[in-house]
Amino acid sequence: MSEEIRIEKVMDLKGLPCPMPILKVNKGIKEVEVGQVIEVWSTDPGSLSDFPSWARTRGHEILKTDQNGEVTKFYIKRLV
Amino acid sequence: MQNVEAQIEALQSQIAAMDKKIPSNKISMIVFSGEMDKVLAAFVIATGAVAMGMDVVMFFTFWGTPILRDKTKKAGGKDTMGKMFGAMLPKGTPDVKLSKMNMGGMGTAMMKSLMKKKNVASLDQMMEMAEEFGVQIFVCEMSMDLMGFKREEMIDYSGLSYCGVATFLEQANDSRIQLFI
Repeated sequence: MSEEIRIEKVMDLKGLPCPMPILKVNKGIKEVEVGQVIEVWSTDPGSLSDFPSWARTRGHEILKTDQNGEVTKFYIKRLV
Repeated sequence: MQNVEAQIEALQSQIAAMDKKIPSNKISMIVFSGEMDKVLAAFVIATGAVAMGMDVVMFFTFWGTPILRDKTKKAGGKDTMGKMFGAMLPKGTPDVKLSKMNMGGMGTAMMKSLMKKKNVASLDQMMEMAEEFGVQIFVCEMSMDLMGFKREEMIDYSGLSYCGVATFLEQANDSRIQLFI
């Protein structure tokens, strides 16, 4: 039933504190095409608030957020 | 009919005038402080702002100015006061201290090792990233002159130039966010 999300690129940002996750993801998303999805792993608790703020500001879409223990996985679709 | 055309013209010029009043998606910062924690915060905001799609301009003045000196460079031709200031003020990022809990340098050393342990980017790393991201740095010419700093002792930074207060105000006037740190 659930549609499989095609991941174009995985970014492992575990262990990086603010502001690195946002700086890296902002760079990383430019390396895929518009419409493609990246999967980002972060252990920075601030990312839970920061990634949505960044995505709203830059006009990208967070399709899914998976929190599993310390690691949070974000599935972000490049829209612009 | 002529009346309508005149009205449209008047409206168009009003819209053009309003457009000019909308500031750019830009942040202007004054970095007045010279302590590690405060300048680090300034660069975290600067690099973060680039990630958020903003243009960033930073103005270094007074105690912020010595941060931009290069420890490896020397400048001659200074008068006595210039030499004194040059010796007493920090020579770039390796010399900067915490604004609180410095404890004769011990606090700063502890903070630096803690930052390394926790993977927090150092001031040098943040400045390198800011340069890579195109963050513009302006240095207050009056502070340079007052403290006797020469341009040849300042860091190599691709977006660095020297200015006065009008440059800051022009940029701040065209920015959505202005900060004084």
